[in-house]
Amino acid sequence: MPVTPVLTRRWTAPESWTLATYERLDGYQGLRRALAQSPDDLIKLVKDSGLRGRGGAGFPTGMKWGFIPQGDGKPHYLVINADEGEPGTCKDAPLMKADPHSLIEGIVIAAYAVRANRAFIYLRGELIHAGRRLRAAVAEAYRAGYLGRDILGSGFDLDLVVHSGAGAYICGEETALLDSLEGRRGQPRLRPPFPATHGLYASPTVVNNVETIATVPFIVNYGVDWFRSMGRERAPGPKIYSLSGHVTHPGQYEAPMGTTLRELLDMAGGVLGGRKLKAWTPGGSSTPLLTADHLDVPLDFEGVQEAGSLLGTAALMIMDDSVDMLKIVRRLTQFYAHESCGKCTPCREGTTWMVQILSRMERGQGDPDDVDTLVDACDNIFGRAFCALADGATSPIVSGIKFFRNEFLPITPVGPSGSTTSVAGSANGAAAGGAAAGTPGAYAGAH
Amino acid sequence: MPLTEQTRAAAREIIARYPEGRSRSALLPMLHLVQSEQGAVTAEGVEFCAEELGITHAEVSAVATFYTMYKRRPVGDWLVSVCTNLSCLLRGGEEVYERLSKNLGVGHDQTTEDGTITLEHAECLAACDYAPVMTVNYEFYDQVNPDSAEEIVEALRRGERPAPTRGGPLCTFGESSFQLAGFEDPRPEGVAGQGVGTPSLAGVLLAEAAGWKAEDGVAGAPPLTPLPSNAPPSAASAPAAPASSSPASSSAAAPASPAPAPGTPGVPQTKVN
Ligand SMILES: Cc1cc2nc3c(=O)[nH]c(=O)nc-3n(C[C@H](O)[C@H](O)[C@H](O)COP(=O)(O)O)c2cc1C
Ligand code: SF4
Ligand code: FES
Repeated sequence: MPVTPVLTRRWTAPESWTLATYERLDGYQGLRRALAQSPDDLIKLVKDSGLRGRGGAGFPTGMKWGFIPQGDGKPHYLVINADEGEPGTCKDAPLMKADPHSLIEGIVIAAYAVRANRAFIYLRGELIHAGRRLRAAVAEAYRAGYLGRDILGSGFDLDLVVHSGAGAYICGEETALLDSLEGRRGQPRLRPPFPATHGLYASPTVVNNVETIATVPFIVNYGVDWFRSMGRERAPGPKIYSLSGHVTHPGQYEAPMGTTLRELLDMAGGVLGGRKLKAWTPGGSSTPLLTADHLDVPLDFEGVQEAGSLLGTAALMIMDDSVDMLKIVRRLTQFYAHESCGKCTPCREGTTWMVQILSRMERGQGDPDDVDTLVDACDNIFGRAFCALADGATSPIVSGIKFFRNEFLPITPVGPSGSTTSVAGSANGAAAGGAAAGTPGAYAGAH
Repeated sequence: MPLTEQTRAAAREIIARYPEGRSRSALLPMLHLVQSEQGAVTAEGVEFCAEELGITHAEVSAVATFYTMYKRRPVGDWLVSVCTNLSCLLRGGEEVYERLSKNLGVGHDQTTEDGTITLEHAECLAACDYAPVMTVNYEFYDQVNPDSAEEIVEALRRGERPAPTRGGPLCTFGESSFQLAGFEDPRPEGVAGQGVGTPSLAGVLLAEAAGWKAEDGVAGAPPLTPLPSNAPPSAASAPAAPASSSPASSSAAAPASPAPAPGTPGVPQTKVN
């Protein structure tokens, strides 16, 4: 099966962001069905569907909902993570602009299931136009009785607020997001306790990604078997893959979980200018780079993990054989140094120092120990910091060196390298199949 | 411009969005609000937030200095942000930034002497499929190059408002900040401004052209068709339990409808939305 527009299917409809269009195209039918069921049945439905979080970690959504204590007398909250900031990721923003009601419908269903009467969309500040469309859609939904008191006569009440952030990548981390939503600096919290019991205002809270929640109405409408007919056993359903960088037609391609880069590149017209693929990220800049050797890796959570990386947000940034890996790794490391929240030393100091080392190398002033120093620093950062931002910061460096070590050595002139690179890979016996650009399987982007 | 009673009223409106006793949640939108009046978070703005929320100056300042969108010095009329993160870098974002920086004679987070432009290089703006991108007061100019970016900025300096590729027509920094505080854009053309273009729609347009549908090749799966619009919420029409969501019961949940499925040729379509 090639592309399977489910979440994206309404995006081409005229004035797709309005309630009128949404209602004409199945809109709020899932909500009607959901309100006719018990919350527990809905949680079971989502569990059985096998839906896993689309925000990066792939946590089973139904299980997350099931962790919310019931009958505890505390208010429950649903918080939507709309802070989309992982470099390469550009799927939630168009979803909220083209089809904001699908998110709102999913929110009402999810809130009903976890018995939350208040929900928040934590929207990345810079996405001002998504904010316009969302706020207009929320107002429409209130007027039509899909939000507010006694929704569709069910007795269920829900208030929804769109809350704009103010520019901080770390606020995408769910506990930092909650602190930010409470009016504090967005710094991650110690866990446990988890948000399921001590989330927003120390109350039980579900935090879910935009795409995750927008998927829910489809599951309610069309059922578990339909949902599981797409994707893979352990990761069913459709997924929006974001292709960018050196690709002929960058864009959003919704396809079953487990679609490969080869298939996606075919749809997107191949590598830009018919050049060779050198490297790519499977799930944003925080996921280790892969190479042309990995064109046939099934892009689902386990598939990518087996190939030594992570599915993350399924943000595929494509780099052709003209790129300077050192420069790319330096730029990404600058991103992490800028976005580190500063709470813990390995992340705050480590990223800053690594930028300095990489910049020095880029100027041709590196010394022979620099590569080892970087690998050693990453070793000391990975798993030793408070949140996953620091782990992500090590990804470009460690994987860049693993596959393209020669480009980091002072003896090699810095710059594009086709054949040198593959020599580097085999010479260093790099793990996971060695380096890749220039190997016979390299994808030339025929289309 | 001093903060007024009107600002205070807007602040109270913001506070009312959050649960009783949780007014501190209003701090981020309130900082956008004071910035909308003064072009930056000033000492007066900090004081105002602290007073309204009953927290200390230090607490407000700690928050204001954490987030990049709060400015300590007044920004120019137009905040020009050029993405230089990876996807944009690969498509020439750095060259765009460098050209603007050279022409304007300012670096990152600096404002031109005439006060019209503040330049910054931005991290990934969640528009990588339109790379390289630049925003002006957070509205998008897609697939820019050094020349086109220069033209946009020159037009701004001449007092014009060049139309963004996506987003609403340009508003002032104050108006943008007011919307960030959670207030609706009063202009109908604001919300109607283009949200998505061809890259966002690439997959769905391809599927429409090829006739691919999510249900293709799925034995027994119900087609994704519009449902009868007034289906009453009755237990009978809903899948009783997930386990029983067999093809039979789910097709009962989604009865075939005579209306055309969205995405079929009968539905008029555009490439932007
Ligand atoms: C540094 C960092 C940034 C993150 N940014 C986002 C984000 O922008 N959007 C998102 O949904 N999840 C993001 N996450 C993941 C969230 O912490 C969380 O796992 C997710 O929102 C859960 O939703 P899901 O289960 O629906 O995927 C980020 C995580 C980290 C460590
Ligand atoms: S790892 Fe980095 S971003 Fe995460 S809490 Fe520590 S300093 Fe902050
Ligand atoms: S890298 Fe520029 S928008 Fe994502």
